[in-house]
Amino acid sequence: MNNKNLPLLMNQSKKGRKAISLPEIGVEKSSLPNSKFLRDNIDLPEVGQLDLIRYFTNLSSMNFSIDTNFYPLGSCTMKYNPKINEQLSSIQGFANAHPNQKDENLQGCLEVMYDLQNELGEITGLPGVSLAPLAGAQGEYAGLLIAREFHKYNGNDHKKIALIPDSAHGTNPASASMAGLEAVTIKTTSEGDIDIDDLKSKVNQDTAVLMLTLPSTLGLFEPNIIEITEIIHDNGGLVYADGANLNALLGITKFGELGIDICHSNLHKTFSTPHGGGGPGAGPVMVTKNLESFLPYPHVKKEKNNYETYTPKNSIGRLNGFLGSFGIVLRAYAYIRSLGSQGLKEISENAIINANYIQEKLKSHYTLTSSRNCMHETVLSAIKQKENGIKALDIAKKLLDEGFHAPTMYFPLIVEEALMIEPTESESKETIDQFIECMIKISELSENNPNEILNAPINLPVERLDEALAARNPVLTWKK
Amino acid sequence: MSEIPKSLKYSKDHEWINIEGNIATIGITQHAAESLGDIVYVDINSIDKELKQFDKFGEIESVKAVSDLYVPISGKVVETNQNLESNPEFVNDDCYDKGWIIKVQVNDSEELSNLLDATEYEKII
Amino acid sequence: MTSSPYIPSTDNDRKEMIEAIGVKNFEGLLTDIPKNFLFPELKLQDKLSEPELVEYFTELGNKNVASKIKTSFLGGGSYNHYIPSTVKAMIQRGEFLTAYTPYQPEASQGTLQVGFEFQSMIAQLFEMDVCNAGMYDGPTALAEAALMACRIKRNNKIVIHESVSEKLLDVLKSYSKWQDIEIIHADQINISKEEDLACLLVQSPDKNGEIIDVESFSDQIHEKNGLLIQHTYPTSLGLLKPPGSLNVDIATAEGQSLGVPLSFGGPYIGLLTCKNEYIRQLPGRIIGQTVDKNGKISFALTLQTREQHIRRESATSNICTSTQLIGLMVAVYVSTMGPHGIKHIAETCFHRAHYMAKKIDQIEGFNLLSKEFFNEFVIQTDISVSKINSFLLENDIEGGIDISANGKNLIMLAVTELNSPSNIEETLNLLGGLSE
Repeated sequence: MNNKNLPLLMNQSKKGRKAISLPEIGVEKSSLPNSKFLRDNIDLPEVGQLDLIRYFTNLSSMNFSIDTNFYPLGSCTMKYNPKINEQLSSIQGFANAHPNQKDENLQGCLEVMYDLQNELGEITGLPGVSLAPLAGAQGEYAGLLIAREFHKYNGNDHKKIALIPDSAHGTNPASASMAGLEAVTIKTTSEGDIDIDDLKSKVNQDTAVLMLTLPSTLGLFEPNIIEITEIIHDNGGLVYADGANLNALLGITKFGELGIDICHSNLHKTFSTPHGGGGPGAGPVMVTKNLESFLPYPHVKKEKNNYETYTPKNSIGRLNGFLGSFGIVLRAYAYIRSLGSQGLKEISENAIINANYIQEKLKSHYTLTSSRNCMHETVLSAIKQKENGIKALDIAKKLLDEGFHAPTMYFPLIVEEALMIEPTESESKETIDQFIECMIKISELSENNPNEILNAPINLPVERLDEALAARNPVLTWKK
Repeated sequence: MSEIPKSLKYSKDHEWINIEGNIATIGITQHAAESLGDIVYVDINSIDKELKQFDKFGEIESVKAVSDLYVPISGKVVETNQNLESNPEFVNDDCYDKGWIIKVQVNDSEELSNLLDATEYEKII
Repeated sequence: MTSSPYIPSTDNDRKEMIEAIGVKNFEGLLTDIPKNFLFPELKLQDKLSEPELVEYFTELGNKNVASKIKTSFLGGGSYNHYIPSTVKAMIQRGEFLTAYTPYQPEASQGTLQVGFEFQSMIAQLFEMDVCNAGMYDGPTALAEAALMACRIKRNNKIVIHESVSEKLLDVLKSYSKWQDIEIIHADQINISKEEDLACLLVQSPDKNGEIIDVESFSDQIHEKNGLLIQHTYPTSLGLLKPPGSLNVDIATAEGQSLGVPLSFGGPYIGLLTCKNEYIRQLPGRIIGQTVDKNGKISFALTLQTREQHIRRESATSNICTSTQLIGLMVAVYVSTMGPHGIKHIAETCFHRAHYMAKKIDQIEGFNLLSKEFFNEFVIQTDISVSKINSFLLENDIEGGIDISANGKNLIMLAVTELNSPSNIEETLNLLGGLSE
């Protein structure tokens, strides 16, 4: 990795330098607005073009990425982001498509959206699909808004409770709160499955929705799923599935057939669109036929050979500025087209095999909290290593030193010193074996030479950071 | 083994309390501070408010966690430790002295009987 | 053999792994799934090889007028601006493109330092104290800003000025519907007679491109203990006074105009800036500067205790995404343009727009309605807007937005540095021809 010291642009800036040539104004000038509206000066860095390119290029080499490293972050599905999808999204007809242009003039864009709506509907078994949400969290929020509107429409305003398992991702209760729902926690068993008795004791006529992650955040499939969805439906509630872990279920099972009413999917996880350092993403929301009229704007329909955007009859409304993250939608659609039905099933099959292989090879070195085969990710615990003073965090830092990005740490919250490992189907057996070997070596080091782990990382551009300082004295912008 | 001064009383939520006259000084225990990690911010939103025993009086944040703070005795919050604004680490360094968090004007010191002494607190951690 | 280049495992690899796991076959790993629901039929479209993908998508692209137009006057929150070669080069770097959220800061200094530059440059452009690492888009940034004001002021009354577009109001409604929030239209009340308010939302340049005197609202909302929130258009800040010098407390914008392709509406980036005293209520990711254990300057996500993964139901928002990749585009754009480029682009947009507006006004049957505008203006016309736009499109020119209402034909046009003087002349000639 690049160890250069790269001063911020404002510290490299020199008056008079420029990085681009721009055309003259070229028309007769008009009088400017009143001086009270005019800006005095602009304080921004001035650098030449080569120095700029050099700066950002050097910065890029200070990153781990899927293109450069194995990145087994559990629940993030760090699979290969195909280069062809980048190329397709830069086709002029798409890159230059203006969102305020009329439907009839952008039939190509609408056809892409319509087809992806159908493909996602087929994959999840939930035919009502909106591509509007700009991220998983927004898709989840949309799902909850749909549930609330549905209940209100049926005169059931009193339904204000969201049942959420204690293993859930933080966005679940956060989204529930934004939707004005009260979050009630459902206990999970030591296997991470929903405790049916606890569920039965807490469900009632005020239950609006059960929020489930399937497979669970422990990477396990809920064996009682049919019974669970029946319990909720018997009480007039809806079941929402967080589709973050959909990479385990493509062609394996369909949400819609299991009694799930609403789900969202993360195009930047399951469907290979690039993570870009944290975003952008897209989080389409999928619903049963009878909830379709509540979908957010826009929905794309096809009449004869004409594609049109419209607002569904009981729509929850507009969630964002335009039509969704079209560039991301396009990439995801291209990905699905490049695989087809059989290809998608192979994706899940290989994701599951790879994760179980890692689980099998590491379960005698780390602590496995569940007793059964996992799906596309496995959760191990470093409690044994903690006895020698080595925590999940330390193991993560040592992995970085060895060129592997760390797995997800400390999630789910119900597992102590959790390490959630999701290899995905993109990785070769050789890479996986190297990772396994490294994890075993770290476990041995934790007994024989823990300091080597505690000092990690030492091979990266920076060593362990003082994150307390960053939070105590926040410095969030360049200062002179 | 974390320190648990015998002269103080404790709540189940890991606060300590020391009463002199009718003013109670309150903070969090070393066990709590250690669990949270490096403290980065203390947020008291109850200054001048009358609180009942075990009401929430604020929040304490570390890098990776946030915890609610509950008052171990009824009364009016009359003072907050201004030093914690620029030096939240006082809570980690010296939680029973320099790292005190609020002072409360106490109504009813009988409520102390609802709290734990050092030995009882040690048992629960 | 696997059917996909995206799956490296061979039959042999799978066989070895299944053996190591100790099950008979792949199905042996799926015992938790109810048998009746296992392996449902998937009826997707036929798969396409790579060359076939190119052919198929190129054909689809050609069904969009965007594939052939030579210039465009569409605006309305998304603008046709020049994207420098530096931006296009940097987002192709896989190290930026395929990295994840920087949870392990030691392995993500690239993403983090770029994000810090982004925060710094936007804060400087807006002259605000702090900017976060990016929201989904402009409208959601404004909605979150309003909710932020409600939390800060412990007040649920949001006043919305008529300068704010319908679309922004719609998104705000979606975000506040089920919370105990009251949205009040400014023209239906007298602010001075109200009790305390959480905030006043103002848009400038406004929904029709007009420049609003934002500072004039400062006293009235601050007297009600509320915050002044401005939604703006970043390109205009090369010429116009930035929010920080107008007594604005929170400022938001759609960042698309800073180096991001139109792409049929996304992915874009929401800019959210505020004064220092409010940083703990800021939603979204924030990058902070710190040092590593050797004292080397480095960057990390900070103030994470506001966020969903820690606060859960009391989080400032449910957002996990920070649109870092788009933030990278903006950071490269702004540093490529520099202060002179930003100013020059703004002046080019302003002067070309005013030139065109004046010339259209001189054409029989066309009337300029806008008074004080930046680069977007409204024309009233005798001819139907759809007729104008169809005619222009025949000449490979994308017209303006049809905002006709109350029996009046109204068209809104945006002019940028990508509308060359000759594009403008040609359009004027065509419009002149139409009016005859």
